Amino acid sequence: MTNVFDAFSGAATSLSGPLPDPTTDAGWSGDHPKRVGFFTDTSVCIGCKACEVACKEWNLVPDDGTDASGLYGLTGMSYDNTGDLGASTWRHVAFIEDVRPHGTATTGHLPSGLPALGGTPPRDAATAPPDGGTVDLLALLPDGGAHGQQTPDDERDVRWLMSSDVCKHCTHAGCLDVCPTGALFRTEYGTVVVQDDICNGCGYCVPSCPYGVIDVRESDGGAHKCTLCYDRLGAGLEPACAKACPTNSIQFGDLDELQAAADARLAELHGRGVEEARLYGRDPDDGVGGDGAFFLLLDEPEVYGLPPDPIVTTRDLPEMWRNAALTAAGLGAAIVAAFFTGGGRRK
Amino acid sequence: MTDANPAEMPERGRVDHDAVKPRRGRRGGKGEQLQVPEAEFRSYYGRPIIKAPVWKNPDVPLYLFLGGLAGSSSVLGAMAAATGRPTLRRAGRLGAAVGAVGGTVFLVHDLHRPARFLHMLRVFKPTSPLSVGTWILSPFATFAAATAATEVTGRFRRTGDVTGVAAAAFGPALATYTAVLFSNTAVPTWHEAHRHLPVLFGSSAAAAGGGFGLVFASVRDNAPAQRLAIAGACTELATEKKMEHDLGLLADVYEKGRAKTLMTASKTCLVAGALGALVGRHRRWSAALSGLALMAGSALTRFGVFDAGIASANDPAHIVVPQRERIARRQASTETSTTPPDRAFA
Ligand code: SF4
Ligand code: SF4
Repeated sequence: MTNVFDAFSGAATSLSGPLPDPTTDAGWSGDHPKRVGFFTDTSVCIGCKACEVACKEWNLVPDDGTDASGLYGLTGMSYDNTGDLGASTWRHVAFIEDVRPHGTATTGHLPSGLPALGGTPPRDAATAPPDGGTVDLLALLPDGGAHGQQTPDDERDVRWLMSSDVCKHCTHAGCLDVCPTGALFRTEYGTVVVQDDICNGCGYCVPSCPYGVIDVRESDGGAHKCTLCYDRLGAGLEPACAKACPTNSIQFGDLDELQAAADARLAELHGRGVEEARLYGRDPDDGVGGDGAFFLLLDEPEVYGLPPDPIVTTRDLPEMWRNAALTAAGLGAAIVAAFFTGGGRRK
Repeated sequence: MTDANPAEMPERGRVDHDAVKPRRGRRGGKGEQLQVPEAEFRSYYGRPIIKAPVWKNPDVPLYLFLGGLAGSSSVLGAMAAATGRPTLRRAGRLGAAVGAVGGTVFLVHDLHRPARFLHMLRVFKPTSPLSVGTWILSPFATFAAATAATEVTGRFRRTGDVTGVAAAAFGPALATYTAVLFSNTAVPTWHEAHRHLPVLFGSSAAAAGGGFGLVFASVRDNAPAQRLAIAGACTELATEKKMEHDLGLLADVYEKGRAKTLMTASKTCLVAGALGALVGRHRRWSAALSGLALMAGSALTRFGVFDAGIASANDPAHIVVPQRERIARRQASTETSTTPPDRAFA
């Protein structure tokens, strides 16, 4: 669908649906480089977090400062002590300990549940136990460590799922659409990047990302997220995370080649009986027009903290503007009418 | 999708939010019960999927309220000038200026880098409601302030009449664009209410502007303000009810926590104010009291909607459950080979 506001937008001229070349759509001339992206194949991820570290190092991303337990930043969520993507976390490795009854680990759908939940609220780590005994580290974890490592036994199997999450560099990026300053822009590589010297910290991009990626950093007030190593791309290098990944779980390249590789990998896994394998963000028909960074997952997206069916919010924007304009006209008419109705003028 | 051994598995989505690592202290609503207990869904340790707005409270709700107040006041003032109601004209013009200037202050203060407010004016982007809003607010505030200056000083009255009409041309848009600002996000309770929020905010603006007129205009001039305020309050109450009904599952954030308190208080104020305006317009004190109640009701609505959005963004059920339903609907309609409702855009 073509947007009626083409003439003014200076950003993407189409608001939703498949879009073969978002770079040209954003106003770059035809001879720009090919669109690049990430294919993150979670079936070979070993959860080493080299990507998280490499990203922090290369991009000089500061400490994210999140620390619920007050104890070495432990979350109690398996081996994920990062939590989620944010202004100072541009790669995030999710850990899921998928517990299921013994013997159900066959192909097809794997019943899965998260580790046992509920229980005691987190204690203040700084407080010593009232009886003066030693500090039980597990008990200090949120929820008494109930999210902690699960072990297989006679009755149940444990499957580990690990996935390195990142900004999706959407074809239709909600963050970019709503940015009022033009700080967010589409690069010649088809990626989505914040220009820190333009961003005024209005925060509009934050709730507009359907994946919860971008955030405002409290220390400097600016919005930050993965740049797909824009600086490295310019120098012909691959992004730091892909470079550091020891298993090639993170693959960088031209998007069309990655898509072909992903399709082949999916077919291979299905051929081997791994029927739960699926691609996420690969479909150019989805609600964001497909992702520049897409994934091969081994369970439903929501298990990894991803929305199952994201839609770019601006898809509905023309209708919203229409509604607001009509209501504005109605409000104006109502106020004018208030001066002429009721017959009780100038009592 | 059933667990073979439910005793081993927790009920999906039954998540103790206190056990989830909070993201700094700034997000309102964190740690409250944000969950729909009955909804079956899976999530990553019950963590939020999208990021809640980092907009500041009370800056943004107050900006919304003041924008609405200013928008409808400007039209009231211009109409009162045209029909010879001097005290209502004065009230409308001052309301427009106070609302616009106050709103601008809150909007700038809300930025995390306020010194860069003017970066908003380096582009005009129709895809960004905040950009459009800034381009509405800037001329509106200029015209409204100029009009108020002529009103107060009593000089350049002709110019004041012209700028008053110019401000009134932008006023209704200032009052309703904020609905697009909220609904053009991934926040489910806001986005899915994109048909209701403009009417809710527009009528809330009418109640606020009418209320302001009731407080400051004389009994002789205040009849239009009274009618506007009553119509606004009634429309606002009806729209709010309809919105909660149509939101279905997503309306649960209006039924608990601070959003519920705020919305209940808002309804009480609106009903009291509308009744007061109906019977008490002819006395200065009762008209003023009703006007105050109506303004309070309007402001509380904005605070309530803001809080509900934060709670919605923090609740993974609000993302997963409706999106799963959407997928199921799409699959059902593909099977019967009709156009899937959510692919109509493609
Ligand atoms: S994933 Fe979010 S932050 Fe990244 S491009 Fe898409 S909308 Fe923007
Ligand atoms: S916070 Fe910065 S990047 Fe985000 S929408 Fe506002 S100006 Fe744009």
